[in-house]
Order: sequence, then C-alpha cells, then structure tokens
Amino acid sequence: MAIQNKNLLTLFNPVSKDNPVIVQILGICSCLAVTAKLEPACVMGVSVIAVLAFANVIISLIRKTIPTNIRIIVQLVVVAGLVVIVNQLLTAYQYDVSKQLSVFVSLIVTNCILMGRLEAFAMANKPWPSFLDGIGNGIGYALILIIVAFFRELLGSGTLWGVQVIPQIWYDHGYANNGLMILPPMALIVTGCIIWIHRSYNKDLQE
Amino acid sequence: MKQLRRFLDKVKPHFQPGGRLQHFHSVYDGFETFLFTPSTTSTTGVSIHDSIDSKRVMIIVVLSLIPCLLFGMYNVGYQHWLAIGSSTFPFWKLFGYGFCQMFWRIVVSYAVGLGIEFAVAQWRKEEIQEGFLVSGILIPLICPIETPLWMLAVATAFSVIFVKEIFGGTGFNIFNVALVTRAFLFFAYPSQMSGDNVFVATDSVLGLGQGTTVDAFSGATPLGQVATHTGTTLQINNVVGEPLSYWDAFIGLIPGSVGETSVIAILIGAVILLATGIASWRIMVSVFAGGFLMGIVAHYFQTPLYPVSMLDAVQQLTLGGFAFGAVFMATDPVTAARTNAGKYIYGFLIGVIAILIRTYNNGYPEGAMLAILLMNAFAPLIDYCVVQRNIRKRMRRINIKA
Repeated sequence: MAIQNKNLLTLFNPVSKDNPVIVQILGICSCLAVTAKLEPACVMGVSVIAVLAFANVIISLIRKTIPTNIRIIVQLVVVAGLVVIVNQLLTAYQYDVSKQLSVFVSLIVTNCILMGRLEAFAMANKPWPSFLDGIGNGIGYALILIIVAFFRELLGSGTLWGVQVIPQIWYDHGYANNGLMILPPMALIVTGCIIWIHRSYNKDLQE
Repeated sequence: MKQLRRFLDKVKPHFQPGGRLQHFHSVYDGFETFLFTPSTTSTTGVSIHDSIDSKRVMIIVVLSLIPCLLFGMYNVGYQHWLAIGSSTFPFWKLFGYGFCQMFWRIVVSYAVGLGIEFAVAQWRKEEIQEGFLVSGILIPLICPIETPLWMLAVATAFSVIFVKEIFGGTGFNIFNVALVTRAFLFFAYPSQMSGDNVFVATDSVLGLGQGTTVDAFSGATPLGQVATHTGTTLQINNVVGEPLSYWDAFIGLIPGSVGETSVIAILIGAVILLATGIASWRIMVSVFAGGFLMGIVAHYFQTPLYPVSMLDAVQQLTLGGFAFGAVFMATDPVTAARTNAGKYIYGFLIGVIAILIRTYNNGYPEGAMLAILLMNAFAPLIDYCVVQRNIRKRMRRINIKA
C-alpha cells in the first residue's frame, strides 16, 4: 500500500504541486514556441510525454551500467534516438502538424525537463516509478502547454483547434483578433498568469 | 472650499473602521488627500515634508498637458473639416467636434484605469495611489483618434495590471504605463493603429461635421507618407493633397495622434514642467540633442532606400511623436534614470534610437515609443554604472592618500 501511494505521488505530484513548467520553470522555451495554436501544442505535449516516459524507463534500466563520467552523453543518445522515432512517426501520420512544429520536435532533445528528470529521477529509481514519473511530468508539461495555447488561439486567432469560435457578428461590429497573442512574449505573460493563480491557491509555494 | 472640508469631515466616520462604509476607506482616503494636502506628519525620526506631494505633482503635469489636449481637440476638428472638403473653418464647431471625439476617450481611459486602481487598493487594503492621474490623460493623447473605445479599454487594463500593479503600484513600474498602452495597441491591433485611416476622424458627431470625405483625401501622417515614399524629391502633403511647410508641422495642423502634432503646445507644456522643476531639463535637452545629432547623421547619408533619411534634422524633431515623447514621456521620474550623469546618457540614447528606428526600419514609421520603452529597461543599468564609477573614483582617491 505504501509503495502504491508513493507511485501515485510520483505520478500526480508533477501535475500541480511540482509542475515542471510553472513550479520548476523548465521547458519555457518550447512553451513559447509551439503554443500559438492548440493543435501543435497538443501534439507537442503528447510527444514529450512519450519521449520522457520511455527515456526514463530506458535510463532507469541501464542506470547501474552507465559510467558516471559519460552519463549525460548516454542520456542524450537515448533521448535523441527516441526523438528521431517520434519525429518520423509525426511526419508519417501528422504531416501538417509536424510542419508547424518544425524544429521544435527535434529540440525536445535539449528540453531541460528531460535532462532534469533523467538526472534527478531515472538515475536513482526503478523502471516502474521512473515510467510514472515520466508520464506525470509529461502531463504536467502538456497541461500548461494546452492552457496557454487555448488562450493564445482563442484571443489571437478567434479559433480553437482551427474552428472559428468567435461569432462572425462580433467581427462585423468591430471586434478584432489580438495580434500580440500570436507573438511569443504573450506566451510568457499567459504562463506568468497561470503561475500567479497557481501560487495564490498553493500558499506553500509562495516565496 | 470650507464647505467641501465640512462635507468630508461629516462623512468621514462612515469610512472609519466600524462605520457603514468601512470597506471603502481607501476610496474616501484617496479623495480626501486628493482634495486637501494631508496634515498628518511622521511620528518617528526626523523628516522634512514638502506640501508638494505626488498628488500635487501629478496635477501640475496634467495642467501642462492641457495645451496639447485643447490644441489636439481643435486639430481633430480641423483635419475633419479639411477631409470633408470644407472651405470655412468655424472655430467653435471645430473645437466642439474634437471635444466630442476626445471626451469619451478620456472617460474610458480614466474609468478603466482608475477602476482597476481603486479595486486593487481595496483588495490590498492600501491607500489609493495617484499614478493614473497623468497616465489617464496621456493615453488618449498618444493614440490615434479613430482607435475603437473597447481597444483603448483593453489596452489600458492590460498596462495598468501588467505594467503597474504587478510590480507593486505607482512608483514601482519599470515601463511607462501610457506608452505600454500604446505599444500594446500597436502590436495587438496593427491595422487599427497605423496606416491611412486612423489618424483623421471621418464620422460626424452629434450632427457636427456632417459630410463625406473628398476624393483627394488621404489620412496618412507626414511620417507615414515619407515611409512609403519612393523617388528622390520629398514632398509632404496634408490630408487633401496640399503641400505642408515647416510652419504647419510646428503649429501642429497635421494629421497624427491627438496630442503629439503641435510643437508649440508641447513647448508650453515643457515650460510649465521646467518652471515648476518637475521634469528634468537634463533629459529633455539630451533627448533633443540625441535626436538632432542622429537626424543630421541620417540626413547626411540620405538614400532613397530609407526615405525617412531624406528629412532634415529639424523635420525629424517636429514631426511625429518625438517632441511629445521627449517632454512628457522620457521625463517620467519613475521610469527614467535617477543620477544626473545617467539622465544625460538615458536621454541622449532615447533621441538617437528614436531617429534610428524611424529612419532605418520602414515598418515602424514612429520610433519614439519604442526608443523610450527600450531605454526604460536600461535606465537602472545606466544608474548602476554611474554609481559604480563614482564609487571607484572615490576609492582611488582614498588609496592615494593612504
């Protein structure tokens, strides 16, 4: 029972209390880059969940055989291999989205969340908890991406998942999309707002 | 005046703790200290209080903006009458038209900005801060007359919350609130904030100024015209295609954002600010010096590739928002550099960068806004360097003696 509880904590803590983006402030760069629209943000989130979970498992399996001196290189090779697989799958089945994401899928290799989890968790834990940790952190990351993308797409383009949701009659009466929402700085401000709201509910996170 | 005092004293108990309206204490306090200089004194330490507190300072700045505001109202009417092809320009009708156009802008800007300030003050149980008095009048003055009111409201709310309240309220903001409002509008709604159709009001208001625009009408500002200019000889026209002279640009009968067109009105404001010692003459002088110098350099290397470089230095200073920015925006004591040497550097760089952006980036016909915001970000660094240099200098003096 105790072990199960610990596993649950590993899975769900990164979603809110220990969220990689809004508490550890990692992975901000890709958060700016891919959140202009909801669809690429979701695909990016799923890709990161997959890569992170499997990279965690693989590193955890071979953690005792990795020489300490070259562990970063080994981790990078594993992540890079997984990213190539994900990238190939995307180009095969989601060509349009993979065009939009362009270089950012490849850049998952350098995502701080991955390196952070591999170093901090997978190197010291068994495969199953590592897998859960990867899934949890990936979900935490994807969640923030989706919230940011929701507001940016809604206010910046008037659409959600490519479907127009702001009624045409608003536009006829002078409503206009907010062009600033499309620009990367606004992703930072939206993320800042999420952090603001999150911390006002979690007093123990306040500095 | 005495009656006002008596009224305030009469309603005061309601706002004290335990009174009926105790939750609105900060609202009452805000109005009381706005109307009367507070008589409270410090209880600890030795302090010298001047009766010119920040509310009094703000009011003087607002007063110095009045010439720009009044002239801007007249000019709004004047441009409209030109656009509908009228040959007579009845003063009061022109002014009334401009007043009607401007009135709601000022109301919206103050209602949104002060509304947020009051709400935040209540929420944090703080005194109401007075910083928005100036921003509230600056915002309508630096936006094009045709900006939709809801955009003005959204932009004002954004900049009051994210530029001021988040950093801790009046006196803690890194960037100039009014300028961020304009920057927000500029980047969020580019088609409504620049181009040919936003700087001249074309609708009639309350039956004033009826008529359709003439065929030759083009609402481009002088800088807008220059930025899209091709060819070697430069000619700036007014809204119906007649040539404009230096003198027109100096008086301000040109299309542009409401408050920025008239150099004369801005100079009157500058005199008030300098005579009362509120704005720093160091910043003002160095902004103009930097702009003038960069204007000469740009004009010396003029090329049709960057048509703005064909303007001479005097035109660079009189056209667009440069003078307004130099007098009212760059001198904002909160966001400017504090050290005297720092003020020269800060101002000079604003002038240089404003002309640089204006000349060598055809996408942005006006660089003053971006230049001031950029230097706002660097002002603390400039101050730091100046202070460090001074410390080093004095350290050396000590070492020599020892």
